Amino acid sequence: MAKHHIEAKVNGDPVEFLCETEETLLDVLRDTLNLTGSKEGCASGDCGACSVMLDGRLVCSCLVLGCEVAGHSVETIEGMAKGESLHPLQQQFLKSAALQCGICTPGVLVASKALLERSPDPTETEVRYWLAGNLCRCTGYDKIVSAVMDAAATMRKG
Amino acid sequence: MADNKIGADHKIGAETNGHTDGQSNGAHYVGTRTIRPDGVDKVTGRARFGADYNLPGQLVGRVLRSPHPHARIVSIDTSRAEALPGVKAVVTRADFGDQPSEFIPAGEMMMNYKDVVRNVMAREKALYEGHAVAAVAATSVAIARKALKLIDVKYEVLPHVIDVVEAMRPDAPLLHDDLFTVGVEPRPDKPSNIAKRLEIKVGDVEAGFKKADLIVEREFKTAPVHQGYIEPHAALATVSEDGSVELWTTTQGHFIVRAHCARLLGLDISKVRVTATEIGGGFGGKTVVYLEPLAIALSKKAKRPVKMVMSREEVFKASGPTSGATVRVKLGATRDGKFTAGFAELKYQAGAFQGSPVQPGTMCAYAPYDIEHVHVIGYDVVSNRPKVAAYRAPGAPISEYAVESVVDEIAKKLGLDPIQLRMMNAAREGTKAAYGPKFGPIGLEETLNSIKKTEHWNTPLRKWQGRGVASGFWFNIGGETTVSLTLNEDGTVSLMAGTPDIGGLRAALASVAADELGVPVEKVRPIIGDTGSVGFNFLTGGSRSAFSGSMAIVEAAKQIKSELVARACKLWEAKPDQVEFKDGAVRPLGALAEKVKPMTVAEFGKLSGKLGGPIGGVGRINAQGAGPSFGTHLVDLEVDPETGRTTILRYTVAQDAGRALHPAYVEGQYQGGAVQGIGWALNEEYIYGDDGKLQNAGFLDYRMPVASDVPMIDTILVEVGNPKHPYGVRGVGETPIVPPLGAIANAMEAATGIRFTELPMSPPKVLKALRDKGLDKA
Repeated sequence: MAKHHIEAKVNGDPVEFLCETEETLLDVLRDTLNLTGSKEGCASGDCGACSVMLDGRLVCSCLVLGCEVAGHSVETIEGMAKGESLHPLQQQFLKSAALQCGICTPGVLVASKALLERSPDPTETEVRYWLAGNLCRCTGYDKIVSAVMDAAATMRKG
Repeated sequence: MADNKIGADHKIGAETNGHTDGQSNGAHYVGTRTIRPDGVDKVTGRARFGADYNLPGQLVGRVLRSPHPHARIVSIDTSRAEALPGVKAVVTRADFGDQPSEFIPAGEMMMNYKDVVRNVMAREKALYEGHAVAAVAATSVAIARKALKLIDVKYEVLPHVIDVVEAMRPDAPLLHDDLFTVGVEPRPDKPSNIAKRLEIKVGDVEAGFKKADLIVEREFKTAPVHQGYIEPHAALATVSEDGSVELWTTTQGHFIVRAHCARLLGLDISKVRVTATEIGGGFGGKTVVYLEPLAIALSKKAKRPVKMVMSREEVFKASGPTSGATVRVKLGATRDGKFTAGFAELKYQAGAFQGSPVQPGTMCAYAPYDIEHVHVIGYDVVSNRPKVAAYRAPGAPISEYAVESVVDEIAKKLGLDPIQLRMMNAAREGTKAAYGPKFGPIGLEETLNSIKKTEHWNTPLRKWQGRGVASGFWFNIGGETTVSLTLNEDGTVSLMAGTPDIGGLRAALASVAADELGVPVEKVRPIIGDTGSVGFNFLTGGSRSAFSGSMAIVEAAKQIKSELVARACKLWEAKPDQVEFKDGAVRPLGALAEKVKPMTVAEFGKLSGKLGGPIGGVGRINAQGAGPSFGTHLVDLEVDPETGRTTILRYTVAQDAGRALHPAYVEGQYQGGAVQGIGWALNEEYIYGDDGKLQNAGFLDYRMPVASDVPMIDTILVEVGNPKHPYGVRGVGETPIVPPLGAIANAMEAATGIRFTELPMSPPKVLKALRDKGLDKA
């Protein structure tokens, strides 16, 4: 079967690509659009390393088909820093040593940003449950959770 | 930089061992929380991990894996796959020459190329479900998948054995008909699945048990658990017509990958250039080769680059978890709590090939304690499971869990405080460990004392809640290490290490280089060099990379400093005793100081072309003197009697770091190790069906801790300096996974009154135990 021709928006820019029916959004991002910041840890929606925003909603891009994003807008880790300046979450993760190997970090950051957009002053429990879909094997989550809460405080101050 | 220097919150311990070099006394960065140099790339998605590398014209490589846990491979016909348009290469056992049986040390483990070649590609038999049988390279994923289906493998299915105790029975299905138990006299005349018996014996345990007023003997079982790194194995290889190889792979040791690939494929080491990509977790599991030799073999045939990435299912089924085990412990103590004798028998699963971490398991079992009579026996047993790989303090969590459980039971029976009992028997400076050496300065007592002083230890608990404590030990290693420092022509410094950075190594090494040379840390740029760019390095493992790397930097910096002093003498027409290197500059002394001004490291760099040429230093060392690290963990938990679910309420880690080069990443090691241990204790396990197939090869059913499963992990950095290291450093990465298993089991006993002797203490098991005692209705 012929590939599908898809037009969508990624990190604000218009993109068009061809994809097979079974290709996931993650495959398209990584292999076709060369946006390798989203990671594949499981391909089954269990690890969250491929987290992206689809029309403002947090999704695992390994569970979305490439064809499904036609006419929609995708935000990935590559779109998080604006110009020269890192997002407050990115800055706080560096300051707090909230990453070790860094493979889960893009997904965790995308998910954390989504949390703070709907809940600017989350409790520790809220952060922990919101990030329960993002596996991290290195940190034990302590510094990640602290960093998200500290970044939230920074962002509230504007 | 002021923002980066946030002081460590909790630091306890002896004075850090004094560093006599003038520079390090004025340490500016060591011990502070600098921003990691590789950090920005990792928070922006720019960092390139294993699967992020691509080359023009690359092919997709895929592996055909055995569906059977044990089967003879009668024949493999690849002709239909090779005929499929788009298939560029197929490899099988026929493409890898056999290797002689020869054991060589591989860091904390031993290996044998005869087994390695059979593990990367099944030869006579498939020995576990998921064992590689063939591999293809094709122009697309779809074609590669189709090609795998066209490979015709004829299997003669054989009976299989999964459990370690069953595998030891004389009538068990035999994996290798040439495997005769080593370490028993006389040598057995029949092969078996028991590869090795080993023992440690000090004193006379029978005499020791006679002196005991109380003897506790228990048998424990632990399940195999996977390292659980989030990044699957990935490799990209390209082989040119002249036989030179370039390989990008996610590994803890690219020099080791180079050695293995060169050996398995008959290549000159100089022709194999390996780049370690950023690595998405390893924990020991990325110290061996799986895809790399296959990618090279495929690329050699196809004459095009070949990229291979494992799926998560392949990671679980075909890469190494650590051993499951059966452990019997017998410990005797006097009425007032002095241990008189310790015995243990350890049976560790090796997986399909020999080489479980039972040896370190035997050595570690009683290492935290000063006991006169010790006898530990270990068995290395093969069964139809993936070959185990190293996992963070390989072997130690299993044997120390069993011992720490029994120590706790003795404390309870004698009516002693468990910390006091440990203090009474703790190994300290001068203690001769049962496994051989006499300890130098060590920090076990300090960790126990610091735990006892926490508010955590002194907080009351409610019904169904329990508190547990356990200690842990790991040796740590040093080993072959090369680091280069180059003073650039603008005065900045390039640092090249050769041990992959998994958790902040570059940050720690940059601080050491900056302090040694007296330059701002942001002027030092650390990278991990490929095998063609930096001298030989053993892998990142054994908690060695920061320990050995910082030692090598001191050596490299010494060379630069003496070169700068020599150049200053030449320039100033001075004698060496008229100048000194201090605070980042060569300084004139005495009368000379009135004639010339000090010259900074940066100034020498800028003038290097005029003053004698390039400036650099290379530290090439075989690092010795890795000081062991002891830790003590404290945990509170609550058991839900209706569901059997256990919630970790509070957790504190105290561990001796010697000297924390970068306190935040040392804390990170403590926290991460503790949470991996929580997973091991409560949920993680390989579950097999009667058919010998793994039933939970995915993150949904292999249940690792998620953020909502755990509380904050409090850390106490104990610093009892290691006198063998210029900064007093000890390795810190592995010890943190040792105490959690025992600490949690002890807390479970405190919460329920039940001594759980089988890991994981998962909800169904806990609920059954509560029901059996009628406690679920309480």
